[in-house]
Amino acid sequence: MKKSILSTKQSYLVCALGVLALFLLVMAVCETGLASPYIKGIMMTACIAVIMTTSLNLTIGVLGQLTLGCCGFQAIGAYTAALLSKLIVAQGIAMSDMSRFLITIVAGGAMACIFGVIVGVPALRLHGDYLAIITLGFGEIIRVIIQNLKFAGGIGLSKGQQGQALIGIDRLANLYVVFWITVLTVAFLFMFGRSRYGRAVKAIRDDEIAASASGLNTTYLKVLVFAISAFFAGVAGGIFAQYIGSLNPAMAGWLNSINYVIMVVFGGMGSITGSIVSAIGLTILPELLRAFSDYRMLVYSVALVLVMIFRPQGIFGSWEFSLSKFINHLFYRGNGPKRGRAAVAVEGTASTDGVASTEDNATPDTAAGADDVSRLQDGVIASAGIAGTGEGSAGVGPDPNAPRDGGAMQEGDDRR
Amino acid sequence: MSEPILKAEHLGITFGGLKAVSDFNMVIGKGELVGLIGPNGAGKTTVFNLLTGVYKPTEGEFWLDGTKMSGKKTYQVVRAGIARTFQNIRLFRQMTVEENVLVAFDDSFSYHMGAAIFRTPGFWKQEKKKHAQAIDLLRIFGLEGYAGVQAANLAYGQQRKLEIARALATGMKLLLLDEPAAGMNPTETEDLLSCISTIRERFGIAILLIEHDMSLVMKVCQRIQVLDYGRTIASGLPNEVANNPQVITAYLGTDADDGVADDVATGKSSVDGGADTAESDAADKKEGAR
Repeated sequence: MKKSILSTKQSYLVCALGVLALFLLVMAVCETGLASPYIKGIMMTACIAVIMTTSLNLTIGVLGQLTLGCCGFQAIGAYTAALLSKLIVAQGIAMSDMSRFLITIVAGGAMACIFGVIVGVPALRLHGDYLAIITLGFGEIIRVIIQNLKFAGGIGLSKGQQGQALIGIDRLANLYVVFWITVLTVAFLFMFGRSRYGRAVKAIRDDEIAASASGLNTTYLKVLVFAISAFFAGVAGGIFAQYIGSLNPAMAGWLNSINYVIMVVFGGMGSITGSIVSAIGLTILPELLRAFSDYRMLVYSVALVLVMIFRPQGIFGSWEFSLSKFINHLFYRGNGPKRGRAAVAVEGTASTDGVASTEDNATPDTAAGADDVSRLQDGVIASAGIAGTGEGSAGVGPDPNAPRDGGAMQEGDDRR
Repeated sequence: MSEPILKAEHLGITFGGLKAVSDFNMVIGKGELVGLIGPNGAGKTTVFNLLTGVYKPTEGEFWLDGTKMSGKKTYQVVRAGIARTFQNIRLFRQMTVEENVLVAFDDSFSYHMGAAIFRTPGFWKQEKKKHAQAIDLLRIFGLEGYAGVQAANLAYGQQRKLEIARALATGMKLLLLDEPAAGMNPTETEDLLSCISTIRERFGIAILLIEHDMSLVMKVCQRIQVLDYGRTIASGLPNEVANNPQVITAYLGTDADDGVADDVATGKSSVDGGADTAESDAADKKEGAR
């Protein structure tokens, strides 16, 4: 049975090396001054978008439930992290900036996770459009509540006015740390997806009735996925808060959420690498288009429409890029997979009765990637690899177009 | 008959004002193959939905191997040992053949999320073991060569088989097959029959079969129960049931020279008669069980 030329451990190693190489690249670009603050800002925003999109992909692409409330969770995480950070300073608790940053984003994630469970338990009884509307409503509720919380910068219930931004948050987010948090998030989602949990969640997506008839506790799994998704959205929010330095309740609105849903659909439902590529791509695209000034949002929309017309399943579909498969491909000069597919075809027509030699049986196995072990190993690398190339270009790409807005990137406002 | 695998007593369900199934009694012993037949809309699939916890019975109870199952959720019933297939095939279509089986193994996995995230040795060991088990199971159905193929791309007959394989993977004691031969050609049906007998021998499980193909039912079932309008109208050995006048009426209607009004009247009376039969059946079975 001719398998991958890399063993599982080797491919993990390749993956780790890929991530490390990417990190060094980012570091080199930043340290040598190649990257202006503007470009660093884009990289940071891209990292936040990657966390949001890949975790949202778990709910939309893998579990198959359309939610429009991800930015509600992001806002919860952002405000929790920001307020906790301020509280720590106010209480005079001595701790390094780094640990303050990490503690606050985890707290933000945890708070979002709790809300994920609270919302998920009743909401996940519904499917499709109904769930979308419930979660959309949830985001709006969060927005309005935050607007009216005095300690979160709001004006208070009595005035009934729109709240103002929460300002003066310490900008503790550091690109290198955020990079590794992104890597951890993606790794977690891959490991989760390529385990019995991931299989169970995919089964629910394909057929919920059959999934429960196969002994899966579908309610538990759905809430679990919802909570995980909310956790990472909260983490992304915590990073966002401590990168921008000020928060506006409007961030919980549905327009922002739809932006991330677009990224998931654009990249391909269920493909984590697809999500990474589209998150980075769609973060950079509006920046690249700054040259067209007035027309850039038009171009952005047209680009989206074109992709949806010519590739409705998203850029990657459900396919995952994999570094170890890529290496395999290089070594066999593309013969391996083709031979595999031929074998499947032959087998398909022959309708074998179990006698068909074991070798034959083995080939389609690997070709289609059924072999669990070989698939498990691919995933992580994939993410890393793609994140790598994508972000590399994030660093280089917009360079010539040069910054027009100096350092700060107004993420949400631009898109709208 | 020793301790029965399945015992259902006076099981019934009402949807609004409609009694979909009422007073359903059934006893299935170890390794038995029982057929459940009846005209379309008689309530056969509803019985399956009751026995797998999809619907909560509004009356009556049922036991699996002495444990009360009525009122439990579907996944609890399945884990306890009742698995089913569906009339219209329900596979995890975007997943591979092997994954379909692995999903049903889920209950027998013991690693937790931490192990999955950190890829502990225990994780690898278990994944490897389950992979081997899945291939073994697929081999019974001649599907081992398709392990990596997407389930939606299998031929119709193979999809039926995969559904049975998936049900087997839950490690059940009682298998409910909902029209497994529907839409199959005679060769495929023949193939399916041999599969069913193989798994009965190998796993020693009991099977409850819904089927419209009468020749198949008569050939394989040890006992047959007939439903009409949600009531049991006959029950017994295949020959007895086949010659039961009520069953013939239910399937073919009354004689052609009867008027339409008469037809309806007899239909009603046959239902009433059915209730009597059901009660006497239940009494018989109770005695049998003792």
